[in-house]
Amino acid sequence: MSDRLSVFKTYKLYVGGKFPRSESGRVYEVSDSKGNWLANAPLSSRKDARDAVVAARKAFGAWSGATAYNRGQVLYRVAEMLEGRKAQFVHELADAEGLSKSRAAEQVEAAIDRWVWYAGWTDKIAQVVGGGNPVAGPYFNLSSPEPTGVVAVLAPQESSFLGLVSVVAPVIATGNTAVVVASEKSPLPALSLAEVLATSDVPGGVVNVLSGRTAEIATPLAAHQDVNAIDLAGADEVLAKELEIAAADNLKRVLRPQPVDNWLAAPGTDRLTAFLETKTVWHPTGSLGASGSSY
Amino acid sequence: MASAFEYAPAPESRAIVDIAPSYGLFIDGEFVEAADGKVFKTVSPSTEEVLSEVAQAGTEDVDRAVRAARKAFEKWSALPGTERAKYLFRIARIIQERSRELAVLETLDNGKPIKETRDGDLPLVAAHFFYYAGWADKLDHAGFGPSPKPLGVAGQVIPWNFPLLMLAWKIAPALATGNTVVLKPAETTPLSALFFADVCRQAGLPKGVVNILPGYGDTGAALVAHPDVNKVAFTGSTAVGKEIARTVAGSRKKLTLELGGKGANIVFDDAPIDQAVEGIVNGIFFNQGQVCCAGSRLLVQESIEEELLESLKRRLSTLRLGDPLDKNTDIGAINSEEQLSRITRLVEQGEAEGAERWSPACELPSSGYWFAPTLFTNVTQAHTVARDEIFGPVLSVLTFRTPDEAVAKANNTPYGLSAGVWTEKGSRILAVANKLRAGVVWSNTFNKFDPTSPFGGYKESGFGREGGRHGLEAYLDV
Repeated sequence: MSDRLSVFKTYKLYVGGKFPRSESGRVYEVSDSKGNWLANAPLSSRKDARDAVVAARKAFGAWSGATAYNRGQVLYRVAEMLEGRKAQFVHELADAEGLSKSRAAEQVEAAIDRWVWYAGWTDKIAQVVGGGNPVAGPYFNLSSPEPTGVVAVLAPQESSFLGLVSVVAPVIATGNTAVVVASEKSPLPALSLAEVLATSDVPGGVVNVLSGRTAEIATPLAAHQDVNAIDLAGADEVLAKELEIAAADNLKRVLRPQPVDNWLAAPGTDRLTAFLETKTVWHPTGSLGASGSSY
Repeated sequence: MASAFEYAPAPESRAIVDIAPSYGLFIDGEFVEAADGKVFKTVSPSTEEVLSEVAQAGTEDVDRAVRAARKAFEKWSALPGTERAKYLFRIARIIQERSRELAVLETLDNGKPIKETRDGDLPLVAAHFFYYAGWADKLDHAGFGPSPKPLGVAGQVIPWNFPLLMLAWKIAPALATGNTVVLKPAETTPLSALFFADVCRQAGLPKGVVNILPGYGDTGAALVAHPDVNKVAFTGSTAVGKEIARTVAGSRKKLTLELGGKGANIVFDDAPIDQAVEGIVNGIFFNQGQVCCAGSRLLVQESIEEELLESLKRRLSTLRLGDPLDKNTDIGAINSEEQLSRITRLVEQGEAEGAERWSPACELPSSGYWFAPTLFTNVTQAHTVARDEIFGPVLSVLTFRTPDEAVAKANNTPYGLSAGVWTEKGSRILAVANKLRAGVVWSNTFNKFDPTSPFGGYKESGFGREGGRHGLEAYLDV
């Protein structure tokens, strides 16, 4: 063992591709499962939440306008970057959730594979949930999925990394942008993930990460008129109901918290489709008169 | 005219690619000699320089490769989709990393312009692997029921016009769905497939999952006839496709065929002329016209024939033919002496039958296989140049008066692979597209390809689709 004193990392928020402290100047103490101090995480304010929404909205045009192929490449790049920093995340996750090294490694590996899973979905979901409609008339009629917009994501409280990735990746895979509220008790893996996103070709503002009191940050997000949808994964029953009521004000799409026993299980498509709109385009096909059929 | 378009040569360096003097067959993860020791030479069609000497697979080698693929199938098909996906993602990434090298190689072995291999073939190759990688763990969602099963060993025979791209179209969906493959590249363009074997090595792909057998038609025939092959996929001529259909008749082999075409490019009088001219040029002179979905018949509305032909001829005069490695080159070399003589024969027949031949002033290099961009006017539907697939830079121009006539003429062919429709009126595009008996209809564009988009023919252009969700079906037991 060397006597060298290690350098602590200052954990910061991730907003618009930058790493600011909370505008409030507040932090809160984050400790490991045994109660040992790990770091002082930013305690985000409502102003931080609003700034994050502005950043997410600004990024939405380019990200939703990028080709699905391009988004797939970017998500896959996240997996590549994460693979190289696996050790760091195993360490942070073991501390955060009190897991053994091997259990933590299992979670991190599953999280990497989850990025790969959603990278593959970017250019496939349209063929699975969209398609031509055989309307009874001379019309071309095509339904295609489109991202809903800015999505507020309350990350799961317990699974601070695999759970987080499992709720964020599907939101951005389809072209939405996200304001993510990290697990209140264990925000550090989420804040570190931001460093990976920042170096993975994910454009600034596509994912914004806030740490702090979930209820305090979620309330303004649920009421925000420029947020299109909210994933309540990290809200308890009482908070979820309050937020759903607030979300009704501009008819946000709401994904209610669902009990997840095991984040390791293969996901379906429901987290993708929850934040998609369906657009149907009609166009007359005209008529060529009485031309016959040809072989 | 010519002086305005004179460019200093801008050749891409061939130093980026290291071609070995000889290559073996790639069987069970190893390069091996053919059992009977046979080899053949592959030449650069633009210079006739011998690039390398390649082992020629015989019946015994086919058997060895199929056995290797069969052995590898058990483990490969049992891998979780997530793991198969990651192998394919690795392959996609390695192809991206090595794409300049592979583009230069492809241009050397095939003769097509570096502009096309660099900006067309290679990006599409990587994208195709990337796309199907993503399907490997999502087959439950592909619309074929829960846990669709692979077929087994796929025997795949590909042509020389897009060697690496056709390889990608064949191998990516086969592997994603859990099949193993034995692939025979064309005899004039075996090199990129052999380099692909090296990509598989770098990706750590289990041995036997991909086997590459260079050879001639007899090698392909032995492969598709092998009793332990479960799936046959062929891209090439209609004549050979029919022969393969006869070979697999009565067996349980699943068959997909992507064959010839005689695509009609229909230009209505309201089409934007300049845009249409670009599309026509792209449709027939892309890859020297050696494209199964080429727009080799131009159907132009009578009222704009004169104006369109004038623009088209002016545009053709600006095409630069020459060194395929030159980044300015639009038209490269014809792939082989054999193909050149076929084009020459058909064009002479066109003239003899009374069609009017025109080419821009165009100096052809003294060595290599070259054919100037050629246009035929006064063409009737009875002319050979309007009926036969020439597979070269030769466009036959016909006219029509009404949309009905255009459709009738477009469909007057045993082929049905592609068509183009040029008009500013959306409803006309859709009405015409509805009536066209072709697997791909491009509107106000031509020769567009994407891994997500199914491609394949009607009628004698073959059956089955490659690309998109639809492309999975060919490799699944459904």
